[in-house]
Amino acid sequence: MTTMYTPDHEWINIEDHEAATVGITMHAQDALGDVVFVDLPEVGRTFKKGEVAGVVESVKAAADIYMPVSGEIVEVNEGLRADPSLANSDPLGNGWFFKVHVSDMAEFEQLMDGPAYDVLVKNS
Amino acid sequence: MSATELLKTPLYALHLELGAKMVPFAGYDMPVNYPGGIIAEHRQCRESAALFDVSHMGQLRITGDDAARALESLAPVDVVDLAPGKQRYAFFTNSNGGILDDLMITRREKDFLVVVNAACKDADTRHLMTHIGHRCTIIPMPDRALLALQGPKAAAVLTRVNAGVGQLTFMTGGHFDLADIECFVTRSGYTGEDGFEISVPSESAEELARVLLAQPEVKPAGLGARDTLRLEAGLCLYGHDINTTTTPVEAGLTWAIQKVRRPGGARAGGYPGASAIESQLASGAVVKRVGLLGLERVPVREGAKIVDSHGHALGHVTSGTLSPTVNQPIAMAYLAANHALPSHEVYAEVRGKRQPMRVAPMPFAPHRYFRG
Repeated sequence: MTTMYTPDHEWINIEDHEAATVGITMHAQDALGDVVFVDLPEVGRTFKKGEVAGVVESVKAAADIYMPVSGEIVEVNEGLRADPSLANSDPLGNGWFFKVHVSDMAEFEQLMDGPAYDVLVKNS
Repeated sequence: MSATELLKTPLYALHLELGAKMVPFAGYDMPVNYPGGIIAEHRQCRESAALFDVSHMGQLRITGDDAARALESLAPVDVVDLAPGKQRYAFFTNSNGGILDDLMITRREKDFLVVVNAACKDADTRHLMTHIGHRCTIIPMPDRALLALQGPKAAAVLTRVNAGVGQLTFMTGGHFDLADIECFVTRSGYTGEDGFEISVPSESAEELARVLLAQPEVKPAGLGARDTLRLEAGLCLYGHDINTTTTPVEAGLTWAIQKVRRPGGARAGGYPGASAIESQLASGAVVKRVGLLGLERVPVREGAKIVDSHGHALGHVTSGTLSPTVNQPIAMAYLAANHALPSHEVYAEVRGKRQPMRVAPMPFAPHRYFRG
């Protein structure tokens, strides 16, 4: 598995663990509705797993983006900042939020895999 | 039925069929949006016509020879001189001049139709029964649904169903058959657009909704779009922008208090909180509701603190969103009166950062009512 999920509905793809990509899930974007603003972290900042690294705001509400794993932010999606609706139209692709240099691969392994996440969404 | 079970409007099954996302609101399970999303529904209403289910709102009939004066004893508005077929915005006040609820009153041939907020309807009914129940007859209408058809093409749609509704102008109403269903229609709404609110027997509500949704100009819209539309229109949401601690003067609603009910008028005072409201009418309020336009992109929402450039507290936001029409953050806030000045620049605190905003005139999107 190269993509894992958090209970807070973020995904993280670790094909490159020095720049693992983080975004929100299809379920998350659907629950939020039309995304109109994203607050992205500063490149170079480090966060611990579970810390708030960003904010996504829809017309009706704001939601925190939690770090799926500990690490340093190495890139943010300027395209998403310019067009927040990418989080709705392509949440698993062009709507990614940021890339993180993962400091502890064990934290990644502890996250949910796709089938486990699907069960969580089904039961939510 | 358990205490936590949500109530359903007569259109509940239709909402599910249309794929609505349902949320609890004022004790009802209501559509927040349909699959197109809030922004698409908002634009639909600004550009064409949108159909809203507002059956959760309370409808009451008030009858009796003394009904108009009785209503005036609870609200600082002119009900006595309201002509048959005319509708008026009003509010019930408490003894401090705070607002218990805001409402619409329409004088019909034999009664007044009163439409109140869903969350307040039980309290309003008790309030009416307690204070004027001996002077007039108060008849809740749980057997009526309420549909709102709003937008620049609403009139073209509804006159296709019954040409007679074309006679109505903004804030008037009358009885009309729509698709052979007996309805009471007012030309009013909560979006800033031309449009209608249709009181319809519950058992026929779905049939009428389907007739309206079958018109090519019309799509359904939920409470999410209703909120962004009313905010752009500068219209207050009860429980947020106005409540029991805000007076009509602070809320900038003095336009709704007719001269005849103000000091010097023929029927001045005589409603709860008159002395507090009259004193504010004379000398001004300490805080005022204003519109705020965000100069950055960050949405500013209810509860955000407003400060000056030195960080001194000036007030707080009571509702806010990113406006789909002006594509900037918009909000309503209560500010210290000496800062509630046109174009005054203030800052909203959002997640520890100051976002610049400017006091702006409301509405944020122009009203497009049909005044004939």
